[in-house]
Amino acid sequence: MKRLDRNQIAARVARDIPEGAYVNLGIGLPTLVASHLPKDREVIIHSENGILGLGPKPAPGEEDEDLIDAGKAPATILTGGSYFHHADSFGMIRGGHIDICVLGAFQVSAAGDIANWHTGEADAIPAVGGAMDLAAGAKQVFVTMEHLTKQGESKIVERCSYPLTGLRCVTRIYTDLAVIDVKPDGLHLVEIVAEGLSYDELQRLNGVALKYRAAA
Amino acid sequence: MINKIFAAPAAALADVPDGATVMIGGFGNAGMPAELIDCLIAQGAKDLTVVNNNAGNADSGLAALIGAGRVRKILCSFPRQADSWHFDRLYRAGKLELELVPQGTLAERIRAAGAGVGAFFTPTAFGTRLAEGKETRHINGRDYVLEYPIHADYALLKADRADRWGNLTYRKTARNFAPIMAAAAKCTVVQVRETVELGQIDPEQVVTPGIFVNRVIKFH
Repeated sequence: MKRLDRNQIAARVARDIPEGAYVNLGIGLPTLVASHLPKDREVIIHSENGILGLGPKPAPGEEDEDLIDAGKAPATILTGGSYFHHADSFGMIRGGHIDICVLGAFQVSAAGDIANWHTGEADAIPAVGGAMDLAAGAKQVFVTMEHLTKQGESKIVERCSYPLTGLRCVTRIYTDLAVIDVKPDGLHLVEIVAEGLSYDELQRLNGVALKYRAAA
Repeated sequence: MINKIFAAPAAALADVPDGATVMIGGFGNAGMPAELIDCLIAQGAKDLTVVNNNAGNADSGLAALIGAGRVRKILCSFPRQADSWHFDRLYRAGKLELELVPQGTLAERIRAAGAGVGAFFTPTAFGTRLAEGKETRHINGRDYVLEYPIHADYALLKADRADRWGNLTYRKTARNFAPIMAAAAKCTVVQVRETVELGQIDPEQVVTPGIFVNRVIKFH
């Protein structure tokens, strides 16, 4: 079996982001999605610190300390972009104006619950940022993650054991093994992306029963 | 004649008492009023409650205020960072209280204070640990959590340009929390890159109208 690497997962997500979408990309793997969007497709990236039309990283020497992304890294803005304050920015999120957000996760449940902000360890310093707002507010919540933990346990579970970020909000999961939709009646397999992985083997690895959907 | 521009930074912060609630603008270092914070450290106020998105980066600005032991409690969304060592040390030692607030809820609680809203229902955090013990309501098929405004005694902010009436413009993402914090504090103190004559800021371009601003200081 040949699993997708991080860039390949990001590229698979990028395929599903349509022209004209307003998209928020979380920190880490989700950020990679931007560089895989086709150049001829206009997608407007929202950065929750106050940008619509986030551009690529600046060239060395072109950084501006007043222009950063949500990960606090130097950023650029596209022609046609805009700046706004934090309450407006999260009004865009909570008010359902963001078409798609892409988040990383520790776990996703069969009902679409997501856990991605806290490991649950008692001595961990908690930090949540905008994750709960994005989970509650975006029209579609895409999750990218490795399918299995280092111990080989499925991160797709019946019930999340980590503290929740949002309830029944995830719409699609992209892993190094498969693309899976979260529907009211359960998990629907969209596509197996790992080379040489059979449906039966994926079903065995996945923590929750999948409904097989034949290719359209 | 109205003139909100202070010549001496120390005078603009002289009356901050111990125990004050102070909003500090900035997201990371973008929009962080580092020079004003240095003035506040020199002024000596302690037992402060601070509102900011983060809990300081490295050793300057908010991190320096925390490192100096002046902060009793912090309300923020994302304290833990690779370089938040002053916060980490005092939090783990039990010397710094943390109220963790989702970022959008933090922004809206600040906005609500400035807009005179008594409380609001938000879907954010429903069913999570951060909503435990809070009042909830089912409205039109969705579940919401009741959240209250955050008022402040002072807001310390950074803007780009100001005139003597306190009208402000910002630069890029340095705007972040400043416009809503300016409205939420009883006394808003702003450091700017440049002060200009009345009329030099086009009324169409004013981002924070001077009604929300009390004191302006120019730092080079």
